[in-house]
Amino acid sequence: MSLPLFPAGGDPGPSFVDLLCRSALPDTDRGRLPRRVPPAAGGTIGGVTGAAVEGGHAQMAGVPHGTTIVALRFAGGVVLAGDRRATEGYSIAHRGIEKVFPADRFSAVGIAGAAGPAVEMVRLFQTQLEHYEKVEGLTLSLEGKANQLAQMVRANLPMAMEGLAVVPLFAGYDTRRKLGRIFSYDVAGGRYEELEYHATGSGGRDARTTVKLGYRDDLGVDDAVELAVKALYQAADEDSATGGPDPLRGIYPVVAIVDEDGYRRLADEEVAERFSVLLGSLERVRRGEPS
Amino acid sequence: MTMPYYVAPEQVMKDRAEYAQKGIARGRSLVAALYGSGVLIVADNPSRTLHKISEIYDRVAFAGAGRYNEFDQLRVAGVRHADTKGFAYSREDVDARSLANLYAQFLGQVFTHEMKPLEVEILVAELDAYGDDHQLYHIAYDGTVVDEVDFTVLGGDSDTISERLSSSYRRGWPLAEAVRNCVAALAGPDRTFEPGDLEAAVLERGSSRRAFRRLSNDELSELMAEPTAEGSSAAPEGAPESAGQAGETPPDASASEGPKAEPAGEPPAVPEAEGI
Repeated sequence: MSLPLFPAGGDPGPSFVDLLCRSALPDTDRGRLPRRVPPAAGGTIGGVTGAAVEGGHAQMAGVPHGTTIVALRFAGGVVLAGDRRATEGYSIAHRGIEKVFPADRFSAVGIAGAAGPAVEMVRLFQTQLEHYEKVEGLTLSLEGKANQLAQMVRANLPMAMEGLAVVPLFAGYDTRRKLGRIFSYDVAGGRYEELEYHATGSGGRDARTTVKLGYRDDLGVDDAVELAVKALYQAADEDSATGGPDPLRGIYPVVAIVDEDGYRRLADEEVAERFSVLLGSLERVRRGEPS
Repeated sequence: MTMPYYVAPEQVMKDRAEYAQKGIARGRSLVAALYGSGVLIVADNPSRTLHKISEIYDRVAFAGAGRYNEFDQLRVAGVRHADTKGFAYSREDVDARSLANLYAQFLGQVFTHEMKPLEVEILVAELDAYGDDHQLYHIAYDGTVVDEVDFTVLGGDSDTISERLSSSYRRGWPLAEAVRNCVAALAGPDRTFEPGDLEAAVLERGSSRRAFRRLSNDELSELMAEPTAEGSSAAPEGAPESAGQAGETPPDASASEGPKAEPAGEPPAVPEAEGI
């Protein structure tokens, strides 16, 4: 490795992706996911929309896939939560994979789709945000971060066509506007701002329905976490590729909050407590007792 | 037919070194010192936006003295190197030593092969998150690397500043004491600094992955103002407060210009360039 210096005309600026493309790194494939992959052996992708991932069948055989991510806004920020299961076809590939990550101090990203490229995309995204911040001395605006992620999703389109789709969900606290914002994507890199809530992945539909029934404009952070946990539970209840709480192994969904204090992840004990409260209330409902 | 002049290589190098030294001497100085929970860097820099001190990576910081455009180019290259390395391997694999070597190679190359040497002195500091093995690499315009112990001074007037600091330096001192003494050493007897005249940052051990933190003006003035209330609590050696603040401990002639026998066998902070 030598010091990465560039002539004035070929300077990559604050873009880490451009930097990788311009430096000859023998040890990586220059930050890009491999151009050519063998065509999907099993299923083929149904269509180039977000629904492709939700369809569940649009998977490449033998590749672990991630699943339900839910995001919702509350008065002072956003909650982003995701289950922990990865599947390969009909079997469970991992029970404890993490799909919700801090993107930087004031934003979080959740991923659904093929686990390998998705985790790599998150790593690239995290590095990109920090790289920009250090080179420029300023952080990107939340919208700028959302657009960066859209470009990465779009760059992944050829792979998505071959069954390795990645559909992230991006949520963060806009420090300039002082509010939480959510951005959803489709596999083609389309970026849509969601004003209330969104969920993605194969259990996304069930999660969205659950959130829809309980969503209010004046949710507090506690209510928002409760609703997110409930949505994940219902998604896991309906969708085989979404994992529920696993008290036996102590594996619980990741629940993260982003507000004016930045990103924080709830401790597993707290999430476990939330789930046991939820199960208690569901049980009472079944017995016809007042919840 | 004109005969080309012969210029002895010694003369060429000497001229270049002089040129670079002059450029650096015109710049404002900065001080980096270890303290109880990390590394403190304080620079004489009234600008709020043009930084002399910056973050390179999780535990690595950069500081430059001399020509801003030249050391800023090196800073960006350092960030690029660190980020690519961390991305290709792992975050733990990014270290100050290899970056310092790259800087040294580049500066040495420019010094010997280009018309104009870079008029910069740079510092690469790394925090040891688990122990007290922090590293300070001081790299001169000609590519000389010095692995400094305890503290280092960059920029013009570095000899007198490091002399002042060596008389007050105390291992493991708390941040406030470190700030006060570094600022005093930087200022000297004739000047006083307001927080607005300074740029300061720390690499501090803590829960955060990114150890680099800038000290805001408010925080800086708080740290600088503290007279001796907490700073001198349980200071058994009675560390001389050369801050010039009328401290209650009897300061031994804080003029600090006095040749204090041999305080510590500190190597000269700036390598003598003439000897190249």
